[in-house]
Amino acid sequence: MSKDTVADVGMNRTGIKTSPIDSKDIIQEAQRAIPSSPGDGQGILEVRKQYARESGDGLGHVPPPSSLKGMAKTAVDMLKGSKPTVFIDKLGERLAFERTGVRLYEGALSKLDVYGSWEGGPSRELLTKILDDELGHFALLIESMEKMGADPTAMTPSADLSAVISQGVPAAISDARTNLRQCTEALLVAELTDNASWELLIDLARGLGHDTLADRFQLALDAEAEHLLLVKGWLAAGVSTEARAPMESAPTPAP
Amino acid sequence: MALDLFQEKGTPLERQLFTWKDMVRRPYSKLDDDAFTRTRVILMNGIEADALRMKHLFARLNRELRPHLALVRRAEHHQQTMVNWLNPPDQTPLETTLGFEQLAIEATASVAIHEPDPYLAQTYRFGMLEDFDHLYRYSALYDRLEGKDPNNLIQSYSDIRPGRPTSVEHRHPLDDVRTSYDHKTADPLSKLHAITITASEFQTHDYYMTVGPFFADPVARQLYAEIASIEEQHVTQYGSLCDPDESMLEKWLLHEAAEVYNYYSCLAYETNPHVKAVWQRFVDYELGHLHYVMELFKQMERRDPAEVLPRTLPEPLAFKEHREFVRKVLSQEVDMRSNGPDYVSRLPEDHRTRVYQAQLNSEGSPSETVAAGYQWRPGTELAAKAERMGSVLEGRRLQ
Repeated sequence: MSKDTVADVGMNRTGIKTSPIDSKDIIQEAQRAIPSSPGDGQGILEVRKQYARESGDGLGHVPPPSSLKGMAKTAVDMLKGSKPTVFIDKLGERLAFERTGVRLYEGALSKLDVYGSWEGGPSRELLTKILDDELGHFALLIESMEKMGADPTAMTPSADLSAVISQGVPAAISDARTNLRQCTEALLVAELTDNASWELLIDLARGLGHDTLADRFQLALDAEAEHLLLVKGWLAAGVSTEARAPMESAPTPAP
Repeated sequence: MALDLFQEKGTPLERQLFTWKDMVRRPYSKLDDDAFTRTRVILMNGIEADALRMKHLFARLNRELRPHLALVRRAEHHQQTMVNWLNPPDQTPLETTLGFEQLAIEATASVAIHEPDPYLAQTYRFGMLEDFDHLYRYSALYDRLEGKDPNNLIQSYSDIRPGRPTSVEHRHPLDDVRTSYDHKTADPLSKLHAITITASEFQTHDYYMTVGPFFADPVARQLYAEIASIEEQHVTQYGSLCDPDESMLEKWLLHEAAEVYNYYSCLAYETNPHVKAVWQRFVDYELGHLHYVMELFKQMERRDPAEVLPRTLPEPLAFKEHREFVRKVLSQEVDMRSNGPDYVSRLPEDHRTRVYQAQLNSEGSPSETVAAGYQWRPGTELAAKAERMGSVLEGRRLQ
């Protein structure tokens, strides 16, 4: 049987106070032993710097334009003194993020089926609406990349990095042991990033003179701002609902 | 010109030196490097892992060989480290898994094409169709779990479509044991092939057994459990191709030759200059090991290594796409099954493998669940869904 509360009292063994006798003994032993070399954590950073200096081409490159039109556009942009690949790289990042976002909301919906919601929590309609928005944004980015002559199926370096940064988000949602309230914590991370990243993309588009695109991206940002408010609200209501619940209450999941 | 195993002495064991900095070097790029660079790194890690595994087993069984095994094994451990650490940290376990299955398809296809013995070639084709299916199942997982396109890793070299369905690959253990080659009469290439593919599948098994529990999604956890079980079957299958009547030293000699052969094949195809330098260095190291074992073979068994080894290396293993060959095998042999060591067109209803399979799948099949209705398309299956949504001119779908 699954629980939809997360902060109940139980046998957690991670803290030092779990083992008063053994902990005293191991603390003394750790203090008695002398490190085999002098110094501090700085050594790790020195090695990291050494490797960073030798890291060559970094994560990888933005692929060349996939169409003649794209090549021409890139050439014109470059003549104007701008580097169009920065924009392509960031478009690829948003595209990948929105696409993954669809899978995140699918996961949240499956948690809703098991746990149901709470007062002030997400409804099926709102979760589905956000999922559709993410899908729509993904489609918008495919179209934008194609217009720029770029390949929307390529994983750009920023898309790759963004996936590395947010690796824990899908993991938190797909873990069978997390409930819907815990999943909204993961959604919050995604939505915060999404909002800031759309803002950046809009600024970049305007700076490069892609005003029509920037206007359309603004609509996407408006939607993302709504998502963020919703998710924050669900989470706040969920945490306070649990804080008000009687100790050891463990309602069973909805059938 | 083909490499002469007897003339080329390579780097002597005592000059095979490493530092931690040397072993942990710049990885290849997940985005920029050719998909076959990834598969080569995965293969050679598997070959070295097998070199260690075999030597540890021999050391348990043979006192006299122990010091010699320890000396060569240490160098190989450090070689394995250098090779495996070429994998980049932005490549997730699932992405690496796609590389494992792509390697299994393309390397086994190359082996199946070049294998001189018809029964052994049949065995490679049989196994290849199963790994081919795994690539499809893991691709569906990657698409559906993370919303990412498996072809970012596969780079259009290999097909992403069902093969022999994983759910029917589960066989009774006795239907995975094959008939071995005869070490007295088999072509040396057959021996190199069997060692190579067994090593590769063993590492695939061990990798899935290591990373499987790191996944959060229950279907992912189940899928790794399911496919790891097939990899165990494949190790049983390919491992049984090697003749158990070969002496330990003969097996060791052949394994070193297989290591030279595989590094040499990697060298022939490598496009990344940093990785290529590693292959070149390790061709020379392995030649050093081979000659070390040749001397042992002469001293301890009083036999001529030329009885066992080919004079020159055969044509390199082909790191290239084999779609035409794979599709042909798929169309002709997908329904093939095995009954003991033999390949048959169908099994009777009450066959032990059918009973075994029905039991394992009786609470559902992860490989069927993950790929239900799945057809790969560029940009993931969500690209099709986004396209169907119609106009996105507003940047969002308004209700």
